Amino acid sequence: MTAHAPSASPVTDAHEHAHPGVGTYVKVGLILFALTAAEVAVYEFGYEHANAGFGALLHPVVVPVLLALSALKFALVAMFYMHLKQDSKLLTGVFVFSLAIATIVILALAALFAYHYTFQKLIH
Amino acid sequence: MSDATHALALEHPTSTGIDTRKLAIWTFIGSECLFFASLISTYLVFRGKVIQHGVGPFPHDPWTSPTGQHFDPILEIKLVTVGTALLLFSSLFVVIALNGAQRNRRGQFLSFLGLTIMCGIFFVGMQVYEFTHFVHEGLKLQTNLFGASFFTLTGFHGTHVTIGVIWLITMFILGVRGKVPPGKALNLELAALYWHFVDVVWIVIFPVVYLMK
Amino acid sequence: MATTVIDHAPARAHAAKTGIWSWITTVDHKRIGILYGATAFGFFLMGGIEALLLRIQLGRPDNTFLSPETYNQLFTMHGTTMIFLAVMPLSAMFFNFFIPLLIGARDVAFPRLNAFSYWVFLLGGLFLNSGFLFGAAPNDGWFGYANLTSNQYSPGLNVDFWMIGLQILGIASLAAGVNFFVTVINLRAPGMKLMRMPVFVWMSFITQVLILLAFPVITVALILVMFDRFFGTHFYIPSAGGDPLLWQHLFWIFGHPEVYILILPSFGIVSEILPVFSRKPLFGYAAMVFSGIFIAFLSFGVWSHHMFATGMGPIADTAFSLTTMLIAIPTGVKIFNWIGTMWGGSIQAKTPMYFCVGFIAMFIIGGLSGVMHASPPADLQQTDTYFVVAHFHYVLFGGSIFALTGGAYYWWPKMFGRMLSEKLGKVHFWLMLIGFNLTFFPMHFVGLLGMPRRVYTYPAGLGFDIYNQIETAGAFFLLVAFLVFLWNIYVTWRNPLWETKRQHGGRLPEPARVSGAGIHMPNPSFWPVLAAAGVTAVFVSLMLLPKLGPAGVVVAVLFLFFSVFKWAFEPA
Repeated sequence: MTAHAPSASPVTDAHEHAHPGVGTYVKVGLILFALTAAEVAVYEFGYEHANAGFGALLHPVVVPVLLALSALKFALVAMFYMHLKQDSKLLTGVFVFSLAIATIVILALAALFAYHYTFQKLIH
Repeated sequence: MSDATHALALEHPTSTGIDTRKLAIWTFIGSECLFFASLISTYLVFRGKVIQHGVGPFPHDPWTSPTGQHFDPILEIKLVTVGTALLLFSSLFVVIALNGAQRNRRGQFLSFLGLTIMCGIFFVGMQVYEFTHFVHEGLKLQTNLFGASFFTLTGFHGTHVTIGVIWLITMFILGVRGKVPPGKALNLELAALYWHFVDVVWIVIFPVVYLMK
Repeated sequence: MATTVIDHAPARAHAAKTGIWSWITTVDHKRIGILYGATAFGFFLMGGIEALLLRIQLGRPDNTFLSPETYNQLFTMHGTTMIFLAVMPLSAMFFNFFIPLLIGARDVAFPRLNAFSYWVFLLGGLFLNSGFLFGAAPNDGWFGYANLTSNQYSPGLNVDFWMIGLQILGIASLAAGVNFFVTVINLRAPGMKLMRMPVFVWMSFITQVLILLAFPVITVALILVMFDRFFGTHFYIPSAGGDPLLWQHLFWIFGHPEVYILILPSFGIVSEILPVFSRKPLFGYAAMVFSGIFIAFLSFGVWSHHMFATGMGPIADTAFSLTTMLIAIPTGVKIFNWIGTMWGGSIQAKTPMYFCVGFIAMFIIGGLSGVMHASPPADLQQTDTYFVVAHFHYVLFGGSIFALTGGAYYWWPKMFGRMLSEKLGKVHFWLMLIGFNLTFFPMHFVGLLGMPRRVYTYPAGLGFDIYNQIETAGAFFLLVAFLVFLWNIYVTWRNPLWETKRQHGGRLPEPARVSGAGIHMPNPSFWPVLAAAGVTAVFVSLMLLPKLGPAGVVVAVLFLFFSVFKWAFEPA
């Protein structure tokens, strides 16, 4: 995070690091749509049709797969639509650091309460 | 946003080369991550507990009350999938609009910004429909823990979307009045960043609330 | 370096450089700092009086000076006031006045947002205290444990004032957090690399990061309480499946970083003052910076050490115990570095130095009791006793207040153009040091004897009596100490150090505009005040839902939107 000498026209980053063109945006959009369709498909097969074949295979891993798919969508929107890939790494740092703390909070609370509720079931 | 502010911003170099307002929006977004993390955590904490305590309707499971009243699982995946797709496309549209504003393509800028706003309004409309439908089906904020945590989480998200729509409409009006030339495209980028964040939060909420059992 | 293509129009001439209106519409960071300081000082005195009343009640066993209900309101308001309305805004006074100066910026990144933060703070503080007017001041502790805060057990308005007041104050802190974070990152003068910044700026910067990440969590925690109380949800109501422990977790995920928010600026102040009065540079600049960063990061991993008595299980207990002990290490590094700064230096026995040395000693004691709390078995006895009260007063009063007072003495000439008396300053210091230790040191013992916290009286014959008498006497010492401070301020006010252009009653004028040098100074504005009123109105309208219904909220929201739009489209 060391400062570099201020540049002469720093404001419009669009000119500093060229933002992608419409073509890239549309491609990313189609991928996002496909990933969303995949998410719904995972739900349909993994839960609604979990008795046979593909659904049965999918059933135990529905949650991790869904989380992975949504993480991918998250990253794509952040990197391409929010321009994190092209912009200063500082902005990525700010966002990723906050996400890290946010993830710790979610995971810690989930773990603490999972124990808490299991424990309560045992003693009641 | 005003002429003077912008003129000043142009000629005051910053220590990092990043526009101060852009850094501010990202800082705000970082803070908001913790806000939604807390709401999502609350939802997750209560998720498993819901069914033990009480009254339906429930998200994914049917339930019959002691008096014989039957409730189907209340979440409607198909409707919400449409809403999710709308929000995703709105992110695409707004970044194309930004591209138009940056390259002085007024038609592209305004038409895609208009499309973004329409998608946003439809998303909010879908949520309003969903909420009223749920209340009609017997699920209120107070009914059970699912109602409480669901309406709170998606309600606050919806509020953020609404504020985003208002912001985008403001940018649209400014654009129509010719107040968003390429030199001021950053103003739209700030609104777009907020909009994308709102979309990204939904990208997490959609599987966690609707698709996971 | 700046290629000034566009010619600045000279800043508008101002109709009023002094007078109330100029203060209401000011966006100048130095003025806003003074506003914060004056307001915070007022609240600090209120909090002190609340404490004095508590101590009078506790001075004798089975005392009836205060009713239990009044006692509950006083200890709740004492804690809430000291944390949110005294220590935080006193730190904010220094952030505002000095950060731009120390990094060579013309002002903060968003001067109107800065003013907004102050006005929201003032309105929030007033709202929080307005409960007293209804005989319904908050009364469930500054930590508001659920489900005591539910409608069933707290049917009155008390908790409503508390949760709405804190939400309003949270907005002020978050806005300031964004402002100072961006200011430090982006507005440093050329050549002011991050690792060249004064340590005070570093510690304040880290504090802003903590604010930005911690306050949203308490915002959600309070939203859930509000929904339980106003809309009949059951987030924290066990009988309907809710969980009071969720409140504790969310609150302390905020609460622990909050205590570092309270102490880090003081670490920075001490790091500035010690080198000056030791005539030696700060020992280990990089270590000071990185230990601060490490403390901030770790502070998000220790919160459940406030919950060792809630039955989290051995794994959680162990994990949080380890992280809590770990966080003592970077803190220890700082203490050694402060001592290292003084070691071999040419010590100037001036008042700011006294307060900083006092800080180090008191904070070490507070830190030692803190480390004792880090052990869950030991904490099971200590928790909810006066041992904890001793610990946090040593770190917050012996720590923050001593350092902030030292900072006040040190920076008084810069801020106000007057010099506080050295003689009176030293009297103030000794009275405060003796009074403070008389009040809080016995609490270690009476806590280990088992005297519980948050209870309005105790029976005679348990061995508590003599300690409480000493503590109450100490509180009066502290009162005298502060009176000496007030006297010091009053008596030196009439002797300014330098001639200032006297206008309209002898106040310092608005900072001079530098025209033609290419620096635009932000113009005063009324919209931040209006927007602050709008934010307050929205939250108050929530409390008035039974009377005004949703229409009240709608009107308030529209008013807020109006002010924000006017603000956004105002020429800078």
